[in-house]
Amino acid sequence: VSAVLLAQGGPVIPHFGEADKCVRTNGTFCWHWFVDNFGTRFWPRVVEHIELTLIAVGIGFVVAFALALIAFRYPRFEMPFANVTALFYTIPSIAFFQIMVPVTGINRLTIEIGLVSYTLLVMFRNTLTGLRGVPPEALDAAQGMGLTRRQTLLRVELPLATPAIIAGVRVATVTTVSLATIAAFITPLGLGAPIFNAIQTGANTDFFAAGALAIILALLADLIIVLAQRLISPWMRARSRAT
Amino acid sequence: VTQLINFYPDHAHLLLSKTWSHIWVCALGLAIALVVALPLGIYLGHKHRGAWIALNVSNGFRALPSLALIAISIAVFGISLINIQIALFVLAVPPILTNAYTAVDQVDPDAVDAARGMGMREREVLLQVELPLSWPLIFAGIRTGAVFIIATAPLAALTGGGTLGDIIVNQPTYHMSGVIAATILVVVLAFAADGLLALAQRAVTPEGLALPKEIHSIVPPTEQVEIAA
Repeated sequence: VSAVLLAQGGPVIPHFGEADKCVRTNGTFCWHWFVDNFGTRFWPRVVEHIELTLIAVGIGFVVAFALALIAFRYPRFEMPFANVTALFYTIPSIAFFQIMVPVTGINRLTIEIGLVSYTLLVMFRNTLTGLRGVPPEALDAAQGMGLTRRQTLLRVELPLATPAIIAGVRVATVTTVSLATIAAFITPLGLGAPIFNAIQTGANTDFFAAGALAIILALLADLIIVLAQRLISPWMRARSRAT
Repeated sequence: VTQLINFYPDHAHLLLSKTWSHIWVCALGLAIALVVALPLGIYLGHKHRGAWIALNVSNGFRALPSLALIAISIAVFGISLINIQIALFVLAVPPILTNAYTAVDQVDPDAVDAARGMGMREREVLLQVELPLSWPLIFAGIRTGAVFIIATAPLAALTGGGTLGDIIVNQPTYHMSGVIAATILVVVLAFAADGLLALAQRAVTPEGLALPKEIHSIVPPTEQVEIAA
């Protein structure tokens, strides 16, 4: 085509048209550009972000739950574990991800290890608090009914601890959504990727769109867990209505 | 390890100035959060009203990702000190607000009745009875908020800088030894702030009142929120 154009004396540099005014002036948020690029630029990042979060909270829950059961049975394990996991809250996540890189490399594993580490404390602590908060009368009743220790745990203590456990999952989930944006500093995964990209390019729409999507994702996750909590523990609602 | 140890004397001036600006960024963030959240929490707790506001603001703020807030504020305000302060504010308000509300709300009603019976005015009830009994829990919330702020302030490096984050996000210049050295300083700052506030907490706690039982002050207070909600 260009040979023909050249032969005809037409323009050599193809004309692609101009970006709209908003994009040229780097407006705060260019809706048209966002809509045009959503499918390629943002949606894949949203999916990655959800994956990162689900995997981290899933693994974190299994580990924290197991450790909480151990600490519930053997209280001497509580303090060491609580203190080690509390230390994570003082380490800036942006540093933690970098420090992990020489150990595990620049990949998804590094990010997940970091994210899981930050979920442990909340879920561990809430599970333990929930198990210990079971009313003594309920335990007496269980004993009186001849339940074994295992049955008491499964049928009495765990169901009664459920609201506290889910509360821990809730905080862990929104924390993970937040930290997963920072993880993009290591490798461009999730909604942090357009943000770190925009730090290089200065594109305001990238900043705004990725930030807003991350906030929407976090609030949605929060809402879903609150609704799940109501479904799973209807007696909590009944109790708060009664009081 | 040698590189790490050498980093401190080699970059003493840099580390000192970044630590100093780190402290200022954090102090400003904590001050703003305190000015807003403390009176609000104490007032609502005193009136035993607005649990809904206190808990939903806390839960909502807790869900907002720091980096997303920074990104949006860059798009709206451009690069400035406001970016990081918004993120720090949102981070510190939930623990401070929740604890202040819960603390004052849950003061033993008998003590408040006794104070009223002695003829105390509303102001005196708040200042002489409710607040002294609430300080331990209020300070626990401030400690948590302070630790969150100090650990998140390095993100300021992405928006114009001025904290230890400048070293942490600049691994190409300062190498891993610099990243780790600055991180250790952040952790030390967090524990120092936590320790100082713990001393203040002990100082304002009336004799005969035990400090609230806690696994660790750094743990965000959650279960009270949920049970009340």
